[in-house]
Amino acid sequence: MSQTHTWDADRALSRIRELENVPGALLPILHALQEEFGYIDPEAIPLVAEVLNISKAEVHGVLSFYHDFKQSPPGRHVLRICRAEACQSMGCESLVSHVEKHLGVKMGETTADRSFTLEPVYCLGLCALSPSAMLDGKPYGRVSPQVADFLVDSIRRHS
Amino acid sequence: MSVKVYVPCDAAALAVGADAVARAVSEQITARRLDLTVVRNGSRGLFWLEPLVEVETPRGRVAYGPVTAEAVAGLFDAGFYDGKEHPLRLGLTEEIPYLKNQERLTFARCGIVDPLSLSDYISHGGYKGLQRALTMAPEAIVEEVTQSGLRGRGGAGFPTGIKWRTVLKTAGEQKYVVCNADEGDSGTYADRMIMEGDPFVLIEGMTIAGFAVGATSGYIYIRSEYPHAFRTMKRAIALAYENGYLGANVAGSGKRFDLDVRLGAGAYICGEETSMLESLEGRRGQIRPKPPLPAIEGLFGKPTAINNVISLATVPIILDKGATHYRDFGMGRSRGTLTIQLSGNIKHGGLVEKAFGLTLRQAIYDFGGGTFSGRPLRAVQVGGPLGAYFPESLLDTPLDYEAFTEKRGLLGHGGIVVFDDTVDLAKQARFAMEFCAIESCGKCTPCRIGSTRGVEVIDKIIAHDNRPGNLQLLDELCELMVDGSLCALGGLTPFPVLSAVRYFPEDFDKPAPAPVTNLGERAQETQQWR
Repeated sequence: MSQTHTWDADRALSRIRELENVPGALLPILHALQEEFGYIDPEAIPLVAEVLNISKAEVHGVLSFYHDFKQSPPGRHVLRICRAEACQSMGCESLVSHVEKHLGVKMGETTADRSFTLEPVYCLGLCALSPSAMLDGKPYGRVSPQVADFLVDSIRRHS
Repeated sequence: MSVKVYVPCDAAALAVGADAVARAVSEQITARRLDLTVVRNGSRGLFWLEPLVEVETPRGRVAYGPVTAEAVAGLFDAGFYDGKEHPLRLGLTEEIPYLKNQERLTFARCGIVDPLSLSDYISHGGYKGLQRALTMAPEAIVEEVTQSGLRGRGGAGFPTGIKWRTVLKTAGEQKYVVCNADEGDSGTYADRMIMEGDPFVLIEGMTIAGFAVGATSGYIYIRSEYPHAFRTMKRAIALAYENGYLGANVAGSGKRFDLDVRLGAGAYICGEETSMLESLEGRRGQIRPKPPLPAIEGLFGKPTAINNVISLATVPIILDKGATHYRDFGMGRSRGTLTIQLSGNIKHGGLVEKAFGLTLRQAIYDFGGGTFSGRPLRAVQVGGPLGAYFPESLLDTPLDYEAFTEKRGLLGHGGIVVFDDTVDLAKQARFAMEFCAIESCGKCTPCRIGSTRGVEVIDKIIAHDNRPGNLQLLDELCELMVDGSLCALGGLTPFPVLSAVRYFPEDFDKPAPAPVTNLGERAQETQQWR
């Protein structure tokens, strides 16, 4: 997984300032903050609003519109399983049930030990190798329940 | 000279272990002190054979696949680097029937070149289209693209040349070219492949588009689910700047064209062009009513040419070979080639670039080899989540925009998702509504509320609750969504739903399933993703 830092207002402000003059800066700024901290802290909202001279409501509106932006820290590893049609045709729903049982969480939740966040994704563009998944940004195709268990267990063994 | 060994870096190849294969190949080269160079190419699009390793031989490139990291030592023992025999040997790559029977125009270089080598790009015919465009007046470039018959490959099929003419004719100090790379439809990956396998062709296409419409600046909006494509495009753009193919003096012409990539944030609706503009401007991806057309009032209120990746990546070959060369492929009003993407429950999934007119059956059986599971095919969804489900009896429909419209289907971006006989079309219809509810931007009521009500009505039908009445209600709801929605999401979601009811009525007439013990669970799950 990518290394992220704990929330730090000064660090956040410098990332925001780097991008403030980019045309349509809000999405690039939110991406930069999420890259830095793994999520977008509520404290970032007034900072972004002030630099871009927009209202806090506008920042919140954008933050909450997009599925990608997280408003609380995710688990150390993020496992995304595709639930779109091509993967459905190859049984992704039974894969999802299997992984939910294996991790002990439902889609959208983080395990109690904060090691994994399980998320749905609607298409990774790996539709000729369904069902597909992405673990910490790495793509996987033809993911059987056994492959999913192997991926999860090998991370658990190493941590 | 060092012999080249190709191991793809396409995300789908990586998804089945291409990085591990590349590492193993490099280790063997070092251990055996061989004069071989590993090149990370894009994918040829024969995904069931990935990782597909190729080696350069005097007779042409020889392919081996699917290669696992464990098989690499054995390949070296067999002397694969001289093209020698091995159980995984597939012969000359170009002679593999799946590839040989295609007509690759847009994908001519994909999987062949090193995506980040500008010299590879140029030695394989790259930038010839731009060179010719630089000798032409903007009107002549637009005319050439119009004459080629190229239509928007993103799904709507609107003639590219006509769109460009509107932008060209609209006065404006600043105009933009925006590439829609928010390829969110399930079953599609052609945009991703070209961005990862031949990024310079998109840069060239956008540059030509800029000169044609009078735009000096462009953006590529890439969905965040495609991190590999995003990285490759960013690097390719940097290389184009370093080598004078972007910036103030493109290819020594004295003309300016700037290009940047932007990352989406997981909203399907941003594939709708006006939502994408909102997102690029830093707002919620809510659609804008049309008119004004983006061609007149687009990005930051300026005239903007918005085109799909494949449309723009096809422009260079049209300029290079001429409109007639391109137009000679195809049928009826669908000219040129379609990049068919075989997906889902299919034996030989992959990219098939072919002139319009191939039938669905030919694509699925002659290329795709039937279902992956080996069970009988029952349904096919073409054109992504907004495309109709076709039964076996419609498989002879040719892949052509008008032929699909006539059958109340959608050719869309050319993605074909195959389902075997285990599919339950009532569930698929429910998912279509659910997906619309999850991804609706919320701007218009028929889409925002209609999709949620749609899920509820289908749930009642499945639960055997007043089936005839609820089927009637579903029909009326769909009619309202089609007529009343502002954009294609709400307006087309009824297509998969109604096609499921029309062609697979038996799936809506089964005994009710056993009652769910936790009644709230399903509703909560739906709620969570809104």
